[in-house]
Amino acid sequence: MIGYILRRLAALGLTLLAAAVVIFVVLEILPGDPAAVTLGLNAAPEALAALRAEMGLDKPAVLRFLLWLGGLATGDLGQSYTYRVPVLQLIAERMAVTLPLALMAIALATAIGIPLGMLAASRHGRLTDAGVMAFAQAGLAIPNFWFGLLLVLVFAVGLGWLPAGGFPGWQAGIGVSLKALLMPALALALPQAAIIARVTRSSMLDTLQEDFVRTARAKGLSEGTTMRRHALRNALIPVVTILGLQFSVLIAGAIIIENVFALPGLGRLVFQAIAQHDLIVVKDLVMLFAGLAILINFAVELLYGLIDPRLRQS
Amino acid sequence: MTTRRELLAGAGLAALAAQLPVVALAQAKDSVTIAQTLEPPTLDPTSGAAQAIREVTLQNIFEGLVKVDRTGKIQPCLAESWQIADDNVTYRFKLRQGAKFHDGTPFTAEQVKFSFERAVAADSTNAQRQLFTPIAEITTPDPATVVIKLKQPTANFLFGLAWGDAVIVAPATAASNKTNPVGTGPFKFVRWNRGDRLELARNDGYWGEKPALAKATFRFMSDPQAQVAALRAGDVDAHTNLSAPEAVPQLKADAKLKVTIGGTEGETVLATNNAKPPFDNLKVRQAIAHALDRKTIALGVYGFDVPLIGSHFSPLHPAYVDLTGTYPYDPAKAKALLAEAGFPNGFNCTLKLPPPSYARRSGEIVAALLAQIGINAAIEPLEFPQWLERVFRNKDYDLSIIAHTEPLDIDIYARDGYYFQYKNPEFKALIAKISETLDDGARNELYKQAQRKLAQDAVNGFLFILPKITVVNAALEGMWTDWPLPVTPLAELRWR
Repeated sequence: MIGYILRRLAALGLTLLAAAVVIFVVLEILPGDPAAVTLGLNAAPEALAALRAEMGLDKPAVLRFLLWLGGLATGDLGQSYTYRVPVLQLIAERMAVTLPLALMAIALATAIGIPLGMLAASRHGRLTDAGVMAFAQAGLAIPNFWFGLLLVLVFAVGLGWLPAGGFPGWQAGIGVSLKALLMPALALALPQAAIIARVTRSSMLDTLQEDFVRTARAKGLSEGTTMRRHALRNALIPVVTILGLQFSVLIAGAIIIENVFALPGLGRLVFQAIAQHDLIVVKDLVMLFAGLAILINFAVELLYGLIDPRLRQS
Repeated sequence: MTTRRELLAGAGLAALAAQLPVVALAQAKDSVTIAQTLEPPTLDPTSGAAQAIREVTLQNIFEGLVKVDRTGKIQPCLAESWQIADDNVTYRFKLRQGAKFHDGTPFTAEQVKFSFERAVAADSTNAQRQLFTPIAEITTPDPATVVIKLKQPTANFLFGLAWGDAVIVAPATAASNKTNPVGTGPFKFVRWNRGDRLELARNDGYWGEKPALAKATFRFMSDPQAQVAALRAGDVDAHTNLSAPEAVPQLKADAKLKVTIGGTEGETVLATNNAKPPFDNLKVRQAIAHALDRKTIALGVYGFDVPLIGSHFSPLHPAYVDLTGTYPYDPAKAKALLAEAGFPNGFNCTLKLPPPSYARRSGEIVAALLAQIGINAAIEPLEFPQWLERVFRNKDYDLSIIAHTEPLDIDIYARDGYYFQYKNPEFKALIAKISETLDDGARNELYKQAQRKLAQDAVNGFLFILPKITVVNAALEGMWTDWPLPVTPLAELRWR
């Protein structure tokens, strides 16, 4: 087992290094000078040179790559070219919006999707089932940014219950902050809820055919208790798998939704950094996302190894 | 029953969020929330060109020796008065007494000297360093007097001192102004939630008239739909320059809001590479000028009338002459000129477009108009950094569309190596003469000559002036409707 873990760790290190090289090279090829973007059309050549030196862009590419790698290893992500503050601080600030947004969206999607899926399974083949499936189909088909705009029209412009966008900041109070996140989370949650409802329904239908469900019914449990206690637990496994897989879709969706609702999250940060040629922020964020994906993969491989001893040999 | 409990917890969170007490959104009468499209990258106007920095900080947090008022006139600010000696190069500024920085540091002549010397230093990262290069020497005979001696007469020197790049900063706080700005202005910095909002509060120790508002918040919204929704929902009291022109009729119909279409210094031009064949041929450029139906272009971009231009000059300036009739829209004549130039069947070229929607939208229409006379312009969209690199720096382009937003920037046509590649010694001499002419009347005459020269040479396709679409709550007074300089002075706002 130890040998297996060591081999996997070496592979992990190499993958991360390869990702870093690809990210650095691609962004290096991209034409454009961050100093020119900051100083604009009237910039004097001396001013551009001074700013490039200040940003560390006057050093050769290989040295900059090594400095960047060293920084990543020691937790120093460098200074944003645009905002001129440490990138780590920017990421921490934005995480305080994106993380709660994603968690709220998952909570909403689960709270909507699982009961709907159960309902459809228990009314299999009837009108309710068809209704839930129609909802799921619509939820998957409607683009979430458009749904977000509809929500704004109804709840912000029409009824005035919720703010149309923006984020007051947690220091303004938990209540107003959650309120600001509610509509974007709902917009993000809709397609997730639709997927969860569909998966729950089909998984539930499969489970309801199992022998242990018949046994539960036979020992006199009510239909509701059978569903919740015996069927749902077993049916949830594929649902949880789907939830894990959908997390990256959620992050991608957050980039669009954060722009629609003018939320200062990670998605908006990466979007603005690309537009403003804040390459160091783009590099760090892409590396962060890639690193996360690679680490999750690594954890999964370790789990496979635990489950299947044959995999440890190869 | 754990599963059920988990489910209930999820549902409970949603219910909790929905039932939170509704916080009163009603505006207290001494605060204001103003939306603007772009967020400033930093809060220091002396270290970056971004217009958004000036929009929030200039005349609010930071002040210069002089300022520009809403009509574009120069007014005293940190300098109470000034005299220009008969030699035309010695400026003597009498400074405001009793002005203080937000951290309590008294404002004196030393900081003026420091600020300008910092801006012109070898390692300066000031985006408009050329404003300060005419300075030969700065002396401070006493704490309330600054004497600036120039190398040669420079007519627009004083005007440049009203720009954000020339604000007065204190030595102790200059380096940290990017994130924690400390100026002398009527408002001081409170908090910046990057990506969302900037909060300012009234500076109660301000030297001038006390502002009516105690608190002001700038909100940054780049999405046009989000801007409209926030205005209609009352989340914001104003937008300084809406980026959704198609929403103007809808907002005008809203009795709670007031919409005005004002002018700016943003001359939008079909930039033309004057050194690259066939654009080095005057007849080709004249043909293009005759093909551009400005009214249709502007209407197509905005859906309402905006000021059209026939040269590189803003109608906000008193020296403006209307030259839109120099080469009126006439496709037949344009074709004839092309044939004379040796292109009876037209030619192919590229039209490189930066991201702003005015450029992308007008680009489509310009390409269609050029196609009418046989010029097949292939549109190539570029991100702004790539535009800067390829078009602006490397001059690797045929045609492009961009607005030049710096005020009074007709002198860019006299700069060596500027991307239009217009090389005209006569025009250069004219610009040099303008710079030496301190008399307003005489200088305005020269400006008129310069405008005519550019129009006749059809250096660029001159299209329209970027409008300032201001939307304000009908009860809020004092918002600037024109932008002789892109600023939003909060001290001039008050609730009715």
